[in-house]
Amino acid sequence: MTRYVIKRIFSMIVTLLIIGTLTFSIMHSIPGSPFTSERSLPPEIEQALMEKYGLDDPLWEQYLNYLGDLVQGDLGVSMQKLGVSVNDMISEGLPVSAQIGSVAVIVILALGIPIGVISALKQNSLIDHIVMFIATVGIAVPSFVVGTFMMYVFGEILGWIPAGGFDGWRSFIGPVIALAGFSLAYVTRLMRSSMLEVLRQDYIRTAKANGLSQLKVIGKHALKNALIPVVTYVGPMIASILTGSFVIEKIFALPGIGKYFTESVTNRDYTVIMSITLFYAAIYIFSVLLVDIAYAFIDPRIKLDD
Amino acid sequence: MKLSRKFLSMVAVLTASSMMLTACGGSSEEAASPAPAKTETSAPETVAPISEEVKLSPEGYPIADVQELTYNLGADPKTVDPQLNSAVDGGQVINNTFEGLIRDVNGEIREGMAESWEISDDLLVYTFHLRDAVWSDGKPVTAQDFEFAWKRAADPKTASEYAYILESANIKNAGAITRMENIVDPATGEERPATIDDLGVKAIDDKTFEVTLANPTEYFLGLTGFATFMPVRADVVDADGIWAKDPAKAISNGPFVVTDYAMGDQIVLEKNPNYWNAENVTLEKIVCKMIVDASTAYTAYNSDQLDMLESVPTAEIPKLIAENPEFYVLPYIGTYFYVLNLNNEILQDVDVRKALNFGIDRKIIAEQVGSAGQIPATGFVGPGFLDTEGNEFNEVAGDYGIPITADVEAAQKALADAGYPDGEGFPELEIMYNTNEGNKLIAEAVQEMWATNLGIDVKLTNQEWAVFQETRTNQTYDSVARHGWIGDYTDPNTMLEIFTSNNPQNNGAYANPAFDEQMNLAKTTTGKERMDHLYEASDILMADMPVIPVYYYVNTLLVVDEVEGWYKNSQGKLWLGDAMMLDFDKM
Repeated sequence: MTRYVIKRIFSMIVTLLIIGTLTFSIMHSIPGSPFTSERSLPPEIEQALMEKYGLDDPLWEQYLNYLGDLVQGDLGVSMQKLGVSVNDMISEGLPVSAQIGSVAVIVILALGIPIGVISALKQNSLIDHIVMFIATVGIAVPSFVVGTFMMYVFGEILGWIPAGGFDGWRSFIGPVIALAGFSLAYVTRLMRSSMLEVLRQDYIRTAKANGLSQLKVIGKHALKNALIPVVTYVGPMIASILTGSFVIEKIFALPGIGKYFTESVTNRDYTVIMSITLFYAAIYIFSVLLVDIAYAFIDPRIKLDD
Repeated sequence: MKLSRKFLSMVAVLTASSMMLTACGGSSEEAASPAPAKTETSAPETVAPISEEVKLSPEGYPIADVQELTYNLGADPKTVDPQLNSAVDGGQVINNTFEGLIRDVNGEIREGMAESWEISDDLLVYTFHLRDAVWSDGKPVTAQDFEFAWKRAADPKTASEYAYILESANIKNAGAITRMENIVDPATGEERPATIDDLGVKAIDDKTFEVTLANPTEYFLGLTGFATFMPVRADVVDADGIWAKDPAKAISNGPFVVTDYAMGDQIVLEKNPNYWNAENVTLEKIVCKMIVDASTAYTAYNSDQLDMLESVPTAEIPKLIAENPEFYVLPYIGTYFYVLNLNNEILQDVDVRKALNFGIDRKIIAEQVGSAGQIPATGFVGPGFLDTEGNEFNEVAGDYGIPITADVEAAQKALADAGYPDGEGFPELEIMYNTNEGNKLIAEAVQEMWATNLGIDVKLTNQEWAVFQETRTNQTYDSVARHGWIGDYTDPNTMLEIFTSNNPQNNGAYANPAFDEQMNLAKTTTGKERMDHLYEASDILMADMPVIPVYYYVNTLLVVDEVEGWYKNSQGKLWLGDAMMLDFDKM
């Protein structure tokens, strides 16, 4: 196990290096610079700015400098928000995104899994049909539509959520529903179909034949195996929900971290593009590792030492 | 605003009189009053003390007890440091936290840090006498602070994106310093590189600030109220403007100070008790939200969480104009236009440019596509620029024969004169714009108009914002590119100068020595003579038609009735130093 984890962490670093190198080269190959503006800057001022941020150095040197800082935990300084470091952006924005994200994750797991199981057990019943209908709608309707609708209903009509800003539990309602919507529907469907498949297995029949109670059959034998596809999906899902969503943050005016993914590219804010991409990639890869470790616990056939 | 206020006071009088007579609330009046007007009446016993204590605003309305205004800044500004800022959002904060030599309130020049000034006979030397004002930490504002700030703006090391405004203001040696050029040393007569000490500014003593200009510049005084010219303290600033966002270090000299800065969320400004005119500042607190999404901001306004916002969803504008007296369409000195790439042989023919200009219906574009009250543009200098006689430049200049609806006949004739009768043999044109719904609609309208009126095929191409900027600056677009220009000051020079042949914003390769000459003459002359050169330049430009002016921009602002005394000038600068919150319940 330990050897496996160490090996995986090593390969994580290699993956991050590849992602970093690719991002760096793509980012510098697109036209525009952080100092592009509707008013062209006088060349002297632009030159001065390039020097200030080290953008006049050869690209490989810029890359090595960046990596050097990164190893020391310095994610660099934004070129578009003067004097603000990426470390600041993450430390101010991540708590907001992560708080809303964790509530969304809890909602997804706490509702999605049981509803999926019930739906599978009552296959083709009215409950099943209703659940599947709602789940299909949940998958089909994009989050910005749900978000805008939440904003309208709870913000404008009912006045329940503060229109914009992060202020108390009320500001969780809209973003959590909008964020959870798709994944909740997806997890429900996944759980249902996976459960249905497991229920058809021989060992479930055997367990039932042995006279085990329904609760024991489902809870002990079926659920554990049916969870595997869900866990595969949920790991990366958690990573992406916790790191915020550009659209949801924009609609609800939340000071989270999600907006930087998009904003930094539009602004050609090189350091922010690099650091935020790597930060996101690291969380994502790490969540995949956690999923793999979780397999070993859920399914004894999977051994990590190989 | 006026209308509804009048209505309100009427309602209030009615309510009060009905109360005295019958001692019951005026529920019917209440139902008839507009949404924000709350005329609920309080119990009679509270009425008596109110009439003694209520403070009234200059317009005669009761001033609210809580003086807090919530305004949507719309973005997390890049910086709120006066010399580093070049953006509108940062400018709104700075305009209310700092104060320059003068204060521009709605185009009117008021005394600011300077209580008086003298101008030399040759109009080149301005001597400003500073008032006894102090910074928010109690230290006096000195001429040295101004000298430091202005030199900081010019210094190439500061890399101020607005450094060129010092050159626009014609401050001696500003251009040479920013561009790191050589100057002739006045003492030795030898050429040497310019340093920031060569800038034409000098603190004669603590309270006397002297500025030397290279040429007489009539709009210089007005420019001294611009953010780049606001003073900063040498002992607090840093290279990246971090200080200005840090409440512990953000020392300023305006009516408000930054007391909280939550990244991506809000900036809180509070009244600066040390401001020289603090006794006349009523607002205690301004919360500047950073809501990016126009719909979200509009929802916040509708649920009474925002008092003031600039960007509203475009789709709501016609309804707001028609129904909401809290919505204002204000003048904004700028022009939305298409620039023609004169490197393209087809467009080198002035008849082709004329045909393209005459072949579009600006009225339809402004009214149906723009729909926020934009004004069809028949020249490059729009409304809001006055000449020496006080006339609107754009009225005196006339419309250059450009019709606000399409003049199809003239357009077709011009195209035939160019050798393409009915558009026959005319190659396909391309309109390039930065990806944006509004730009797309306008481009589609123009495409349709040129096809119908002139028989010209037009291809539309859009590029992501930064890519587009590069394409336009490098003139690598095929024929037509979207452009927009907002003036820095209310003199036609700020609009016309972008077409001088070496101007970085001249993205269509337009070069006419006659135009350049008039612009140069305007730099060295004064008064009516100078204005005549600008008129001449404008005539030359519009005869050459290297651009297709589409419409003149407007500013929109949604402000609740409870705010009085706000000003937004034609450069879009918001001034809240005179603003106050009203409380109609006290009426």
